[in-house]
Amino acid sequence: MVTAMKSMAIQPAVPSAHAGRLQARGVTIGYEERVVAADLDLTVPDGSFTVVIGPNACGKSTLLKALARLIRPRTGSVWLDGQAISAYSTKHVARELGLLPQSSLVPGGITVGDLVARGRYPHQSMLRQWSPHDQQVVAAAMARTGVSELAHRVVDELSGGQRQRVWLAMVLAQETSILLLDEPTTFLDIAHQVEVLNLCADLHEQGSTLAVVLHDINQACRYATNLVVMRDGRIVAHGDPSDIVTEALIAEVFGLDCRIIPDPEVGTPIVVPVARPGDPRRRTAGN
Amino acid sequence: MSTHTGPRPISGVVLRPFSLSVRLRPRALLVGLALLAVLTIVGVVTLTTGDYEATVPEVIDALFGGGPPGLDVVVRRFRLPRLLVAIGVGAALGTAGAVFQSITRNPLGSPDVIGFTNGSATGAVLAILLLRATTVEVAAAAVIGGVLSAAAVYLLSYRRGVAGFRLILVGIGVSAMLTSVNTYLLSRASLREAQIAQLWLLGSVNGRSWEHVVPLWASLVVLLPAVLAMSRSLAMLELGADTASALGLWSGKVTLGLLLGGVALTAVATAAAGPIAFVALAAPQIAARLVRSGTPPLLPAALTGAVLLAGADLAGQQLFGSLRLPAGVTTAAVGGIYLIWLLGREWRKGW
Repeated sequence: MVTAMKSMAIQPAVPSAHAGRLQARGVTIGYEERVVAADLDLTVPDGSFTVVIGPNACGKSTLLKALARLIRPRTGSVWLDGQAISAYSTKHVARELGLLPQSSLVPGGITVGDLVARGRYPHQSMLRQWSPHDQQVVAAAMARTGVSELAHRVVDELSGGQRQRVWLAMVLAQETSILLLDEPTTFLDIAHQVEVLNLCADLHEQGSTLAVVLHDINQACRYATNLVVMRDGRIVAHGDPSDIVTEALIAEVFGLDCRIIPDPEVGTPIVVPVARPGDPRRRTAGN
Repeated sequence: MSTHTGPRPISGVVLRPFSLSVRLRPRALLVGLALLAVLTIVGVVTLTTGDYEATVPEVIDALFGGGPPGLDVVVRRFRLPRLLVAIGVGAALGTAGAVFQSITRNPLGSPDVIGFTNGSATGAVLAILLLRATTVEVAAAAVIGGVLSAAAVYLLSYRRGVAGFRLILVGIGVSAMLTSVNTYLLSRASLREAQIAQLWLLGSVNGRSWEHVVPLWASLVVLLPAVLAMSRSLAMLELGADTASALGLWSGKVTLGLLLGGVALTAVATAAAGPIAFVALAAPQIAARLVRSGTPPLLPAALTGAVLLAGADLAGQQLFGSLRLPAGVTTAAVGGIYLIWLLGREWRKGW
């Protein structure tokens, strides 16, 4: 899992022109009077599995939306392939980067196949609504996410896990090399969470660039090649999880006393909260 | 890739003339053809029956100035404009209703519920009472009133985009206020003027002439294709604004475009026939059930609206003898039953 991204870890938090196709430079984002993220610099390194993590309301989803150009920053801008992202047409952007928002609405009565096929929208036009290539890509996306058998089922009737895989299939059908996923594991039980994250790791291995907002720090550490830790609209640390995740960082960002132990499976950091002071089962003496 | 020959994952059929490809839903096509057939029958009956009964060939002759004496006047001056207004108004209201119901994701989000029709009525009543306006001026005032009230509802409910529920609640409030304004205006008017205004407020295609047909259809020729061309975008909007934008749709712009189109359609329809109740509410829902689609399809909704209003007008003329119910009253009566049924169903679903 942990690949040759070590060099990224020691670089300062300033984007260089070559490190990544997708960058935020001096981005300030806010809703009405409230500033959610101020003066952010972030590079999504090409070919990385970048995971953004932080406490609730730290601005991580907002940052992802800005990267996908769903929100226009107040100052600064997001850059894609060396140009401000706002300079491209929306369809062009949608062919380069796919986004799975935190919540999408299911049109009533739509079938799985029809929903996944919506992912082809940026490649289609009024007179080119379903090419053989569309068919190949949609079939392949459904096969990868294991929803091929569900093609003619109605989405409303699916379980949460199945539904999430259908949404992922739709984003894959978009055929983009950069994928932005906003908490793709929410509402899933742990087996489905791992399933979705393994799928993300496969995609990463096959060359996709991923930027994923996650809630679970341990999952983030296990899967990320580049971890971005946010708090109060700022990026506190970024780099290889093994290099940056320390007890001090977790205390600073989440306000949590913890111990860090290596993941017995892959050696990445695992955050273990310290026991309640009076817990008689506690194995270590104080702190 | 071996998937090329696999079963098609999407519904419907794909036509591939030349290097193009178009997706079709056979059921929507069939429903469309069936609605056209019904509309033709309603049209033929409307043109041939009434005080002056005539056969189909006679009416066709009369359309071109021939036929039995007097029939050409009846058909060309009275029946045909009336039919064309009913069809045009029904199609406009059906389409507008489908647009608003899709955007608000709620069957109650139709223009007659959220105040646009009442806004048109206020404009028209003001013109009748204060300006003693001509037919064309009343129509223009209705358009202005409708557009202004739509703008008010839009601005009052706008907060980082248009959310369905807010639009409906604000709309119902604005609608109620406008109703009381209309009532107040009527109470201050002289009896004769109040009568004229009240007649307009009933909503009717009775006595409509080419003066109504021409501006209505001239607007529809522009508006209907423009709105129908956005139906693929409307389908994308159903995924939510964020997802639609991520897939390359300019959500804000498209939403605004669709709203403008819907407001314009409602306004020209109301200008031509007065406030016709429930066609915009019911036609999209009926069309969605006929096509078996979860969301109101635009073109079938337009056809359903045309059938509903032309049918309601015909029924109002034929079924009640000398009573001659205005189409607006017929649609309101039928629509009221439908609305109660719809609400009951939604509530049972836990809406």
